Parts: sequence; structure tokens; C-alpha cells
Amino acid sequence: MLWIAIRMLTGDAQKFYGLLFGIAFSTLLITQQMTIFVNLVQRGASGVYNAPEAEVWVMDPVSRTTDVSYAMPSTALDKVRSVKGVEWAVPHLRAQANVRTAEGDLEGVAVIGVDDATLIGLPKRMAEGDKAVLFAPDAVAVDDTGALRFFPAGVSPIGARLELNDQRALIRGIADSIPSFTSTVVLYTRYSNALNFVPGTRNRLSFVLVGVSEGQTPAEVADRIEAETGLKAETREEFAQAGIDFIIENTGIPTNFGITVFLGFVVGVAIVGLTFSLFIRDNIKQFGALKAIGVTNGKIVRMVAAQAGLVGMIGYALGVIGTVLFIFGFSANPFFKGFYIPWQVPLISLVAVVIILAITGLIAIRSVLKTEPAAVFR
Amino acid sequence: MTNPASPPCDAEAAICARGITRDFEAGQTTIRVLHGIDTDIRSGEMTYVVGESGSGKTTLISIMCGILWPTEGEVKVFGTDIYKLSDTELVNFRLNNIGFIFQQYNLIPSIDAAANAAVPLIAKGMPVDEAREKAKVLLEKLNIGNQADKLPRQLSGGQQQRVAIARALVHEPRLVVCDEPTAALDARSGRRVMDLLREVAVAPDRACIIVTHDNRIFDLADRIIVLEDGRITHDGKEMPDGH
Ligand SMILES: Nc1ncnc2c1ncn2[C@@H]1O[C@H](COP(=O)(O)OP(=O)(O)O)[C@@H](O)[C@H]1O
Ligand SMILES: [Mg+2]
Repeated sequence: MLWIAIRMLTGDAQKFYGLLFGIAFSTLLITQQMTIFVNLVQRGASGVYNAPEAEVWVMDPVSRTTDVSYAMPSTALDKVRSVKGVEWAVPHLRAQANVRTAEGDLEGVAVIGVDDATLIGLPKRMAEGDKAVLFAPDAVAVDDTGALRFFPAGVSPIGARLELNDQRALIRGIADSIPSFTSTVVLYTRYSNALNFVPGTRNRLSFVLVGVSEGQTPAEVADRIEAETGLKAETREEFAQAGIDFIIENTGIPTNFGITVFLGFVVGVAIVGLTFSLFIRDNIKQFGALKAIGVTNGKIVRMVAAQAGLVGMIGYALGVIGTVLFIFGFSANPFFKGFYIPWQVPLISLVAVVIILAITGLIAIRSVLKTEPAAVFR
Repeated sequence: MTNPASPPCDAEAAICARGITRDFEAGQTTIRVLHGIDTDIRSGEMTYVVGESGSGKTTLISIMCGILWPTEGEVKVFGTDIYKLSDTELVNFRLNNIGFIFQQYNLIPSIDAAANAAVPLIAKGMPVDEAREKAKVLLEKLNIGNQADKLPRQLSGGQQQRVAIARALVHEPRLVVCDEPTAALDARSGRRVMDLLREVAVAPDRACIIVTHDNRIFDLADRIIVLEDGRITHDGKEMPDGH
């Protein structure tokens, strides 16, 4: 009977493709939007991910994220270094600055000052040039977002001069970094350079980055730093989460994406529900005939379930493949750099598809079961 | 409740209906469509149920073949009191014992003629290929063997009806019921279908009930039961005078 059920469904090409489209469209919308959402809010932690060596971030107690920070006096560095379990501690500066590009455009950039001696605070990899280029005077490394934004395609930024708050900066390398939530261009330079580039207030030290000694957990060391220095210290994971939470709490992003995901669900219910009801209504006489001939309600339910299941499986697969192709297709675009599909996302859209089909399937089954076999003689 | 005056069931009868009434709710009022029908249907002959439109013919055969519950009365089909069966038992009873020819053939549009004819076998669990082969043999007998691979919409109305007939017979049921088989046909095609049904459907151990109000084919019946307003007013080899 399942063979008949499947043939009934696929034989009606128009409705079959309509159903597939509905499920695929819903899956695509839900999966794609949730993927973008997850990746986008994770951009709130890009500052943390871009400084992979730091196991603990130390900051002024009012600082909240890598981008929302209040500078500390430079003495904080020595205080941190004296705490037990701190293997190393380096200064880290993050500030806003204005850049005049070669074309004469004005752009706001983030300047990140990394440790003069070790260059800790730089992203893991350089896209172009070696990290050591930063030891040269006035040298900066632009992130790949900036390389694309400031320079036309085909023009290498290496060797280009920038006017950075009236100071001269020379681009010597391109950092391979995860863009920030706002995709602000980032210039990496040594801490001492950064102090020159960024106009001075008395306190300039945004963060102290810490590595912990062997046998110590970052959480223990962070607690000890807080207790002994009165500063705020967070492990890498905590601070990354703080960045994500900040985006979620301070932007309309969750609501917007939530609405789109919900709409994807509603559109799915609407398209699939209507098409499936039409399909069942067109075949209600045949179902009635089957019931009269001697097909039990249990088998009828299984037939409808097989029809819904087939549409669901193929439609869902198409939707997920569509999302993968979408992410893959845009992977060259810096906005989508590093985007991945967390495994929870396809799982959630699968649940959504199952709910869509359960709702429409139950309505369909109800109408089939309600059909009196005697109706076939009418 | 069977009427105490009703004769007992004949053990040989294919169908033994006793005291059948059926009411339908029509808004506030209840309409009684059948008024205490007692009748036996015998195997080996073609029984016609005839009467004006609205006289209750369809209601009566629906009750006799186990797809419509009577308000009162009992129906034994080959000795089984079918309305005492559970729902599932009744469905399986129909599958194993009854072949249906619906007025609108209700073929499944997206499977071919052979598969449509094979539906009862497939429903019984026979593999599709095997069931189709069996159905094809019957389609040959009905002279549409060369149409076995066609979809219903590629067939003429007459060919579709033959597929529906094949579907009613493919599982060799002991009871075949057929509602208004000639209603949509002209006189000649109507006779041809009835001849065909006599040929393929009537068998010594099979009962065959045809519902019709088509007086052009009354002469082909072995027995005619006349219904008027839900009561049997005649039962005999031929129509009463005046019809
Ligand atoms: N499901 C139903 N609900 C209400 N009335 C019905 C129903 N089925 C049949 N009837 C009524 O019962 C009467 C007999 O119907 P039917 O058995 O179809 O007659 P026939 O087949 O002789 O034309 C008609 O008046 C019809 O309107
Ligand atoms: Mg009728």
C-alpha cells in the first residue's frame, strides 16, 4: 500500500513539486537565517577569537567587551604580572581612530596595539606578510576586511601609506582575522606605535592579556587576579560569551531573525498545509474506495504518513543543501568569512519540518478518516 | 432487532438480511429510508435491486456489503454477522469476501490499469509485481489486456469501467456488488457491460448484486427485487406487470 501511496503523491507532479518547494523553502529560510544569526552574534566575540594566545583577559571592572572597554592605568600590567599562576601578561590596546585613505576617503578604524616584544594579540595567521613585519617603524597590518574595503580589487595594500590621526602608517601585512560584528576595519600595530597613533588620554591600557602557568586553570587564575588586583578578569570563554551576549542584548538582531525564522515556519505551514489538503481532497474518493475495498484506517494513516514523510525528507534535504550552497557561494564575501552551519541549526529546522508535516498530516488524516466508505456509492 | 415474524436465515444464503431499517438525520427531522427489509441473496445468480431514484437501493446494498451500519436489523454474509465484527475485522472481511464496482470508478489516477485492478491483492499484502501479473490475466479476459500499462486518464470511459470490474473480481470475492453500472452508458454499451458482468462475475459460489433503475437491462436478471420507498414490493424472476 505504501507503493500506492507514494505513486499517488509523485503522480500528481504539480502538487508534489509544490509540497517539495514548500518544505525546501521553509527549511532554507529557517536554516539559512539561523546560520547567519548564530555566526553574526558570534562576531561579538571576534575580538577574543582574534587573540588566540590569551587565556585570561584582564580589564577595568566597568569594561564589558573587547569593543566596550575603559582604559586602566599602565601600572595594572605589573600588578597582574605579580599574581601567582600568571605565566605571562602583555598589554593590549584597543581604540578608535580615523584614517584618510589614498583615495582621500575618511574611514573609522579600530587600532589594536599588540605586545611590542612578543606580538601577542595578533590573529593566529597573516593573509599576507609575516608577523615580524610589524617590528618595522610605523608598520601596521590591515585586516582582510580593510584590505578589500580600502583598496580596489587587484591592488595590493602592501606598501600603501595611510594617514592615521595625522600620523603616517605604512601597511606591511594583511592579517587573517574574523571580522567584527560591525565589520569595522582593523589596523594591528605594536603597542608603542598604537600609543602614538591614538591621541592620548592619561590611561591607555585597554586590556592585559594573560597566559597561565602549567597546572593552573584559567578560571582559577582569573579569580586570583580579581581578588588580588581589584580588576576584572575573565577567561577566554567567558569573555567571548560576554561579547555575544552584548550583541544579543543591544541589537534588534534576535528579534529580526526570530521573526524571519517564524515567517519561514508560517510560510511552510501555509504552503505545505494548503497543497497537502488539496492533494488529499483530490484523492478523497480514492481513499474512500480503498476504505470500502478493505484498507484499514491504520494502513490509511500509514499511507498519508509515508506521503508526508517522503515530501519532508526530500524537501528538507533540498533546503539544507540550498543553505550549504548559499554559505559556500558567499564564502568569498568578507561578511560571510568563517561562516559555518552549527549542527544544532539543521536539527532545529528538521524539528520545524516535522512539526509542519505533523500539523498538515494530522489535518489530512482527519479528513480521510472522517470519509465514510459508504460515500463511494454516492 | 429482528422481527419475530421474519423467517430464519437459510444456511445456504450468501446474504441474509433481517429487519433492516436505516434512518438519516436531515436537519431537525429523522427520515426513515429503509423500513424493515427481510431478504436473502443467493449465490450463483445475478440479483437486481431496482426502484425509483431515492427508493433506498444504494442504502440497502451499502448495508448488505458492510460499509453502512443499519439503524436496526442484522446482516449475515456467508454466515458471519458482519455488524457484530470489530471495525478492523469488518474491513478485513470486506477485503477477503467482497468486490465493489463503484458508479464513479474511483481509479487511482497515477497508477496504471494493471496496478489499479490489482489494488485488493496489494491491500492483502501481495507484492506489487505479482499482483499486477494476476490482474493482467483478468484484464485479458475483459479484452483490455493491451491497455494494462496505461494510466486511467489514457483510457476511454468504457475501458476504465472494465478496469473497475477487474478490480472487483481480481481477488475472487464471494460477493460482488455493483451500483448503477449502466447509468452513464448508452443502451448498446449498457447491454455489453451487463453481458460481460454475467460472463465474468457470475459463478456458482458467488453472489452478485446489481443496483439499477435502468429498465433496458431488466431482462438480463436472474432475480429482481423492487424497492419502493424503502420497502420491498416485488421479488421474482421478472418485473411485475406495469413496468
Ligand atoms: N448520508 C445520507 N444522509 C441523509 N440522507 C441520505 C443519505 N444517504 C441517503 N439519503 C437519503 O435516503 C434516500 C434513499 O437514498 P439512496 O439509498 O441513495 O436511494 P437510491 O440509491 O435508490 O437512489 C434518499 O432520499 C436520500 O436523500
Ligand atoms: Mg443510488
